[in-house]
Amino acid sequence: MAKKESSLKNMLIALLVITAISGGLLGLVYGMTKDAIAEVDLKKNQAAIEAVLKSDTPIERIEETAIDELPCNLAYDAQGNMLGAAVKTYSNAGFNGRIELMVGILADGTINAVSVLSQNETPGLGANMVNPKFKDQFNGKNPNAGYNLKVTKDGGDVDAITAATITSRAFTGAVKLACDTFEAHKSEFMKGGNVQ
Amino acid sequence: MKYLIIILSTILVNNVIFSQFLGICPFLGTSKKTSTALGMGAAVIFVLTLATLVTWLTNRYILMPLGLDKFMQTIAFILIIAALVQMVEIILKKISPSLYTALGVFLPLITTNCAVLGVSLTVVTKEFNYGGVAHMLSLGESVVYAVGIAMGFAMALIIFAGIREHIDLMEPPKGMKGTPIALITAGILAMAFMGFTGVV
Amino acid sequence: MSNNLKTFTKGLIKENPILVLLLGCCPTLATTTSAINGMSMGLATTFVLIMSNLVISLLKNFIPDKVRIPCFIVVIASFVTIVQLAMQAYVPDIYETLGLFIPLIVVNCIVLGRAEAFASKNPVWPSILDGAGMGLGFTLALTMLGCIRELLGSGSVFGLHILPETANILVFILPPGAFICLGFLIAIVNRFKKENH
Repeated sequence: MAKKESSLKNMLIALLVITAISGGLLGLVYGMTKDAIAEVDLKKNQAAIEAVLKSDTPIERIEETAIDELPCNLAYDAQGNMLGAAVKTYSNAGFNGRIELMVGILADGTINAVSVLSQNETPGLGANMVNPKFKDQFNGKNPNAGYNLKVTKDGGDVDAITAATITSRAFTGAVKLACDTFEAHKSEFMKGGNVQ
Repeated sequence: MKYLIIILSTILVNNVIFSQFLGICPFLGTSKKTSTALGMGAAVIFVLTLATLVTWLTNRYILMPLGLDKFMQTIAFILIIAALVQMVEIILKKISPSLYTALGVFLPLITTNCAVLGVSLTVVTKEFNYGGVAHMLSLGESVVYAVGIAMGFAMALIIFAGIREHIDLMEPPKGMKGTPIALITAGILAMAFMGFTGVV
Repeated sequence: MSNNLKTFTKGLIKENPILVLLLGCCPTLATTTSAINGMSMGLATTFVLIMSNLVISLLKNFIPDKVRIPCFIVVIASFVTIVQLAMQAYVPDIYETLGLFIPLIVVNCIVLGRAEAFASKNPVWPSILDGAGMGLGFTLALTMLGCIRELLGSGSVFGLHILPETANILVFILPPGAFICLGFLIAIVNRFKKENH
């Protein structure tokens, strides 16, 4: 095939045809991947809920709700007693934008575990929040029993990540938000309302 | 106040070159002389602001209503930027030949400056946290963000060009000559910019 | 055949896009905080390079000269978006860390450069080899830089801990370390080139 000359008609045809084909192709690929993309977030959320609610007591059922606009999954045992909750919390005070956490809190207010859902902190500094060394220090601590949810620099009990005080403060703030919200409203959920 | 925070954070704390790594090619390519650096800096401020304005509007009023913003963004934006750069070139040639001689050579280079596409994609996809709650940037905030980024780019470029002019007078070790020593200098500058961490 | 082999291998060492030609610096500096990140970025770019070289080589006679750049950009941007959607769906963790730099493959000078300099003038098969060679050369350089920075900065390679935590030099995974590492890497390559001559 000979090379097309650069007449206006040829140029327009070439551009339009190529753009139309790629637009159609992309629409197709988007349709194929759309569900998988939506599922990714869902799966991540589910895995985090399971991880932070993990304990020795078997969970009979999990109920979805929201407390003060924080999405929350309440866990009940077979008798309909609330075991704890996985509260999805956030902080906008991160060094590089929003941090989202899933905090597992037991019925008495003890923090069971924390899981990081999304963060955008500096690799090697703030991003170390995902390391057990930092995030697992909250496990088994109870803010109702004197555990002060503030970094040590601000007079609290949380050991900050080396050289990442801003991130540590944001993280701790998010955990505190979850604990306070849960504490203020937990009496409403103590007995599973619609237990059979 | 909000706009001041955006400007400060984009110029100093999240400097486009030293902390976001956008637009490194023109940064290394046009920083041999201060005069070229000035020209490139001015051209980027001009195009980046204009491009962000147009792409933001396109995204909000054309792509989003049609449901195309998930997969046509990249194609649409890069075409808009390329067309815009061409148009600016033509218009500038007509109305202000003196400005054209100053900026003209840099304009074609800007299409492949990833800072331009990078910023237009960032402002429509990322949530920001200026003045309280996290939100998608409004048109005004986006444009101020773009101006800040471009000014940060220009500043980094001019500082760097000043330093490179001095390096040229030195005799670095053999293999270090040229790009390697320039990159290491940029590294040290980036360290200096890390000092702004946490300011805003 | 030896000609084809040459087309493929030139991108790996002699015309390595980063270490020798200095193209595509932004992703090189930004995504090499660890070996795995660098390699993923390299492979994503390689895919786009091969596919766009293939398509552009096929279409070279259909595209009039004056609009070739916009046409190339559309082709490249389509493949980039495909990579982006696929990564978002199937490797979400890597997609999140690479973030903005996936769509920015569009403006990576290597991709458009190869389309213009090679694929628009050559038959399909050599174009694919050229894309693969250049892409793998890019991946090689990115992985190398990622390994060095990860080893110095967090004491591990591909997530495997080698050095004790006390030996970490944090600055190497922060932005300044990227510039300095790449500087030294290019200096070493330059040194070798001179000795060969």
